[in-house]
Amino acid sequence: MQPDQHEIELTVNGTRYRRTVESRMLLSDFLRHELGLAGTHVGCEHGVCGACTILLESDPVRSCLMLAVQANGRALATVEGLASADGELHPVQQAMHAHHGLQCGYCTPGILMTMTAYLTEHPSPSEDEVREALSGNLCRCTGYQNIVDAMMDAAARMREEAS
Amino acid sequence: MSTRFFGAPVKRNEDRKLLTGQALFIDDVELPGMLHVAFLRSQVAHARLKHIDVSRARKRPGVVAVYVAEDYGDYWQPCPLLVQPPPIPGSTFNPRTQVPLARDKVRYVGEPLAVVVAESRYLAEDALDDIDVELESLSAVVDIERALKSSSARVHDDLGSNIAAHVHQMKGDYRKAAANAQIIVKRRFRYEHGISSPIETRGVVAHWNARGQQMTIWDTTQAPVFIRNGLAAMLGLGERQVRVIAPFVGGGFGPKIMMFYPEEVALPWISMRLNRPVKWIEDRLEHFVATTHERGQIHDAEIALAADGRILGVKDVFLHDTGAYNTYGLTVPINSQCTMLGPYVIPAYDSTFTAVFTNLPIVTPYRGAGRQHGVFVIERLLDLAARELDIDRAEIRRRNLIPPDAFPYNNEIIFQDFAPLSYDSGNYEPVLAKALDAIGYQRFLKEEQPKFREEGRCVGIGIACYVEGTGIGPYEGAKVQVQANGKVNVATGIGTQGQGHFTSFAQIVADQLGIDPSDVDIVTGDTDQFYWGAGTFASRGAVVAGNAVNEASAAVRRKALKLASDAFECAEEDLVLADGKVSIAGIPGKFIRLGELAQRANPMRGAVRPGTEPGLESTQYFGPPSGATANGVHAAIVEIDPLTFELKVLRYVVVHDCGTVINPMILEGQIHGGVAQGIGNAFFEKLAFDDQGQLLNASLADYLLPTALDVPRMELDHTVTPSPLNPLGIKGAGEAGAIPVGAVFAQAIEDALQLTSRKIELLEIPLSPSRLFELTRQEGT
Repeated sequence: MQPDQHEIELTVNGTRYRRTVESRMLLSDFLRHELGLAGTHVGCEHGVCGACTILLESDPVRSCLMLAVQANGRALATVEGLASADGELHPVQQAMHAHHGLQCGYCTPGILMTMTAYLTEHPSPSEDEVREALSGNLCRCTGYQNIVDAMMDAAARMREEAS
Repeated sequence: MSTRFFGAPVKRNEDRKLLTGQALFIDDVELPGMLHVAFLRSQVAHARLKHIDVSRARKRPGVVAVYVAEDYGDYWQPCPLLVQPPPIPGSTFNPRTQVPLARDKVRYVGEPLAVVVAESRYLAEDALDDIDVELESLSAVVDIERALKSSSARVHDDLGSNIAAHVHQMKGDYRKAAANAQIIVKRRFRYEHGISSPIETRGVVAHWNARGQQMTIWDTTQAPVFIRNGLAAMLGLGERQVRVIAPFVGGGFGPKIMMFYPEEVALPWISMRLNRPVKWIEDRLEHFVATTHERGQIHDAEIALAADGRILGVKDVFLHDTGAYNTYGLTVPINSQCTMLGPYVIPAYDSTFTAVFTNLPIVTPYRGAGRQHGVFVIERLLDLAARELDIDRAEIRRRNLIPPDAFPYNNEIIFQDFAPLSYDSGNYEPVLAKALDAIGYQRFLKEEQPKFREEGRCVGIGIACYVEGTGIGPYEGAKVQVQANGKVNVATGIGTQGQGHFTSFAQIVADQLGIDPSDVDIVTGDTDQFYWGAGTFASRGAVVAGNAVNEASAAVRRKALKLASDAFECAEEDLVLADGKVSIAGIPGKFIRLGELAQRANPMRGAVRPGTEPGLESTQYFGPPSGATANGVHAAIVEIDPLTFELKVLRYVVVHDCGTVINPMILEGQIHGGVAQGIGNAFFEKLAFDDQGQLLNASLADYLLPTALDVPRMELDHTVTPSPLNPLGIKGAGEAGAIPVGAVFAQAIEDALQLTSRKIELLEIPLSPSRLFELTRQEGT
């Protein structure tokens, strides 16, 4: 093995992967191009737009600001794992569809990951709190209003599921 | 035909793929043996290129090839002019188009100098550092006023000046109007529009299949058919050998229709040369300089009015920054020139502009496409005039609106589509009245604002009107085809970047053919699926392609009824087309499914009558004689902190008329997004260049896009004045949200801070907190 290659093993959406990667490979590139999980999108590669947000354990992180080697031994979740195995959409996905919370859909995976994590921890947020939680994800199409409505609705759907 | 779905807020067909991460975007295209491309870009704005040495880069392990302009040989040509200037008598237009790689001279920071092809993107970017470039710096042309001085450096050496174009258009006699005026208000205005900054940057993948002699190009373009035709010509291939696919595109808003970008020229050529698939994905830092901008204009404008506030005439002389090349013709400044007339009766208009070459990235349309600039000027002039004449701001607008019986209303001058600027239909006063009512205009001014002021709060109101020329030609087409499984396939030539075409077009088909919209598959942006078309721009997708889809579906409907009447040996009038089948009225059990009719339309045996076309399908084209004019009014109540100039939008109202509406949910989304971009434009988004043409804020951490905390909840309402120019009565809506926001906010901030009493006027956009601080300190008392 070349000196700068590292063997890593990690879990994504419950599937275990083992790969050899260069130390400088971004986690976002690793997920997209090595594992073929291209649902995670890359918008800026400097940690501002939020499109590449994934869950590390259960925390939202920007996969463009992490190296693949840093994810060694960790459990990740991406947009591909949100819907259930039988194809039923997660309440956050359902609400985004119901409220027209996406247009081009490019920022959507990052928003879904940010907000599923947020709503899991904050089941009854106010609209202002939802806006605050969303403010690290840029969307250029929707003006956010329908996303905010979708998240309020998703919170209600998730509360119902939990009860 | 029933209209069960047309006009209904049908949920989008395309959402599921996008929500589950399964939609194919450009960077998701993976091909075996694919190579990756990186571009070396100029770091100075203006220089003579003395020498490039790529020998070290070529030796780096993993690098497959490195090319400079000379390596392109005869393939190196200035790109063709994309948009011809309209035939306006007396105009000057000096076309200078971008080149595939800089040779001899660089003209803006970001212009590509060399291209590296390597086994990975990481390696390709590494090798950029190995290239040695020798440049002789020239002074950069950045300021559009100084650019016109004889002492200025010249962007294009062979031109005697930096004038890219000079255009004069007029109607009536402004001099006479001015002589008869009670007052004339004259000011200088500066309006800057930034970058569209879609969350997905640009990208190109090219795959030359030598054995099949076929080129496939995936491109984040808004106009795949033109890309195919142009690249086929450049590459010496037949158009049938080139397939261009615009996959899911992550936002466009204008700059993705620009062509040919140097990267679009490079990738297919490289793929042919190396006989391997190649990919280039723009990074965000490149995007700030390698993708086109819209930027700024300076207007010296005046308005002549009668004592009752009626406009007698408007005169405007403006400068337009076109950047280093003007391949997009005159679209942006012509839009500014035409849209300034707005929804008003302006009997005399005298408008001259000069487009100026600068050593800055290329300027092409971005959502609004110059309309913002014109709307800002006329709306601000009306505010100033209202104050001088002591007429209410809304009232002066109302008095000047074109009356409903004056349509079609001919504004005489030539628009971007080369046709006279004629408004097809409109009923403007109810739109204004609805907006005033919704925002509570009178109540705010009489009751609420005095209370806020007593409390020491700076709260103001703004209101602005606009028109938007939409849905221009030349044409679009659609092929509607019933499949044997009963599903319907529709192909059109336009690209799609989130406008919901997969749903709105499906709604049109569903009504014509009596099926559910979810049973309609739409294909856009694949030149092998549909051969002809122009593209998605100028708020024209729904208008032009939508009507083509309607025509083609109607033809398929007629075919289906004809086939069924033959099968049942009954009159077509006795047939009902619903629920995916044709049945005989009153005999529910007697029916034939659409899918079966499609099979029968392609029989394997037996004779058919001469003239019969196989398949249950039709291809139709639609071309409107000219654009349809939408209109609207935006109103806002804003609060501003007088110390920090932090701004809070308390209310935002949009009342809009875009003719008949296919899907109100999608329409509202378009308006929301437009307003959000307008807010970014009005407050944050300024491309800050230094005097050497360096962009100082080329990252999303420095060039701020509005977040969920900056965009308020919007209250929307509509009126419907159908367009007579197309059978569906549609007008475009894509850009409307973005157009008047700057004008609304300048007015509302002035009002909130009571700047008039301090003799401060806000005559520019953007108005960031720091800019407001400067303006109020400089000129304040």
